[in-house]
Amino acid sequence: MKKSLVLFLLLAMVVSLAGCSGSGDKNGGADANEIKIGINYELTGAVASYGESSVNGILMAFDEINAAGGINGMKIVPVQFDNKSEPAEATSLATRLMTQEGVVAALGPATSGNFMATIPVAMGNKVPIISASATADKGVTVDDKGNVNEYVFRLCFNDSFQGVTMANFAFNNLNATKAVIIQDNSSDYGKGLAENFKATFEAAGGTIVAHEGYVAKDKDFNAILTSIKGKDFDVIFIPGYYQEAGLIIKQARDQGIDAPILGADGFDSPVLLELAGAEALNDVYFSNHYSSIDEDPLVKEFIKAYKEKNGVEPNAFNALGYDLGMFIADAVERAGSADPEAIKDALAETKGFVGVTGTFDMGEDHNPIKSAVVIGLENGVQATSVKVDPN
Amino acid sequence: MDQFLQQMVNGLSLGSIYALIALGYTMVYGIIKLINFAHGDIYMIGAYIGFAATTYVHLGFFPALILSMIVCAILGMIIERVAYKPLRNSSRITVLITAIGVSLLLEYSMMFFVGAEVRSYPKVLTNHLFHFGGVRVNMQQIYILVTAVALMILLQYIVTKTKTGKAMRAVSIDKDAAQLMGIRVDKTISITFAIGSAFAGAAGVLVGIYYNSIDPLMGMMPGLKAFVAAVFGGIGSIPGAMIGGLAIGIMETLVAGYGNSMYRDAAVFAFLILILILKPSGLLGKNEREKV
Repeated sequence: MKKSLVLFLLLAMVVSLAGCSGSGDKNGGADANEIKIGINYELTGAVASYGESSVNGILMAFDEINAAGGINGMKIVPVQFDNKSEPAEATSLATRLMTQEGVVAALGPATSGNFMATIPVAMGNKVPIISASATADKGVTVDDKGNVNEYVFRLCFNDSFQGVTMANFAFNNLNATKAVIIQDNSSDYGKGLAENFKATFEAAGGTIVAHEGYVAKDKDFNAILTSIKGKDFDVIFIPGYYQEAGLIIKQARDQGIDAPILGADGFDSPVLLELAGAEALNDVYFSNHYSSIDEDPLVKEFIKAYKEKNGVEPNAFNALGYDLGMFIADAVERAGSADPEAIKDALAETKGFVGVTGTFDMGEDHNPIKSAVVIGLENGVQATSVKVDPN
Repeated sequence: MDQFLQQMVNGLSLGSIYALIALGYTMVYGIIKLINFAHGDIYMIGAYIGFAATTYVHLGFFPALILSMIVCAILGMIIERVAYKPLRNSSRITVLITAIGVSLLLEYSMMFFVGAEVRSYPKVLTNHLFHFGGVRVNMQQIYILVTAVALMILLQYIVTKTKTGKAMRAVSIDKDAAQLMGIRVDKTISITFAIGSAFAGAAGVLVGIYYNSIDPLMGMMPGLKAFVAAVFGGIGSIPGAMIGGLAIGIMETLVAGYGNSMYRDAAVFAFLILILILKPSGLLGKNEREKV
């Protein structure tokens, strides 16, 4: 019996590593009036929704640029492949894009793990790669030894910044001094957020009265919630993704816990509302890259154009993808050539890039210096948004 | 004290789900000595059938529950007929590997048809609250407990008081002798799979309604924990599976509530290892020596 259990677990592991199949399309033919940009995204597999949303945004940006005459008269040609949400596939596609397709830069993948898998390829081929949504703290733009990865850029803030932002928001905006953390133990995302929230909140003078954990796919949080219910606290911070956060919020409100609940960009999904129900989503705040109720004319313009094109409201991945498309075009234009080396320098020298997800300078460590938005929900609908600047 | 009682209520709701799933494991093991790893996935399919029945056909709680139990019973019989029956005389490891194959087949074909994203049930039951002193019990928890207890009583009745039950017990003790007595072994095994699968389907609907979240891989963890529950109670023993399920549910809740929530799953599986070392036959299991 013991053997059979081990066997079963092993098989389960092997299969969870395998994924679905799909195919990319190929664009051939070089032309002096064309500029090829690689798109290496998760179009099928576990995180296909992130990849698809990002690519929708990127292609919308490219269409707008090409419709307006391209970059210095050159048309952008996207070379798009599906990495199936797998790091190994992402690596081989990056190699193909850089060595066979001759792209000047590659965009994506969307998730940190897959993006990190393509870093050695970019460094080896000296072609810049940029991700709009790889938020991991370690190993992305800066390697283990603290050296900046010269050809690697991102245009989103990292996880630790969100943890810091939410701690400051709890302390300053909600006047909270006692917090409970219920963290997703099965992801680096959850751990990174929790660590930074705790450090910032305690440094500001707050205390963490309870620190609980769960793993992805858990459904029952009543035991944890019953045990924290007896404690005295002002806010609950849930560093994790919407699948579990939605259930925690529902079960907490069912148990009569009405303290404000905080989270990060992992809350940003319509599924959160389905899981928790509208009446439970009051006094819930989360940090995000952009808010659809932002009054900024640029944001409004983007939302209007996106809705006309796709018929739905853009989410944060759409907005980040759009900014990514605009950003690479801006860098190519500033570089004045289709040379990857010149484009890399232009990316690094970015100052005051104005995007839908905020205005930023590119930092020394190839991370953008940009602000986050804290969105407040009322009856499941975005009701308030507060911009929080870095530092 | 209130908090302790509240935790017991939480533990009992969770434990009744495990118990319902564990019953299927234990019944199938009792009769053909197979650990049916596809059982957790039948529970998942039960949850999806309940979802379809309540969302698209707008059935109420009981019709959806019964529909899901019927479909799962049929599915259980089909799986037995197609995948396990041809291997009746093969070695146990062959059947076990087939069971794992069936499990993966169910998971990933479901993912192919309905997608990987989580889905939520419509509101079928009110979550009206009852207060007993400081303990809060909601309507859904009461439904889970009552349904689970009612099904377990029904099962106990079937096994001990009916002819089919007698046949099941006879086949589980000695298949060849039962056949010589005129018991239709194949039919009895089919019925066992049907009953076990129907219970898993019921558990799936209850979980869907209570936690409001279902996905194609939801059967993995509860399936494993129900397996631990069945081993704890003594695999092959029906009362053992009920006690085991409730015990695992309460244990998980107490570890998360009073110990450290980060070690909850670790505690359950550490417990499995302890049982296997100290009392391999489980709480109510028969202590059989294997003949060499």
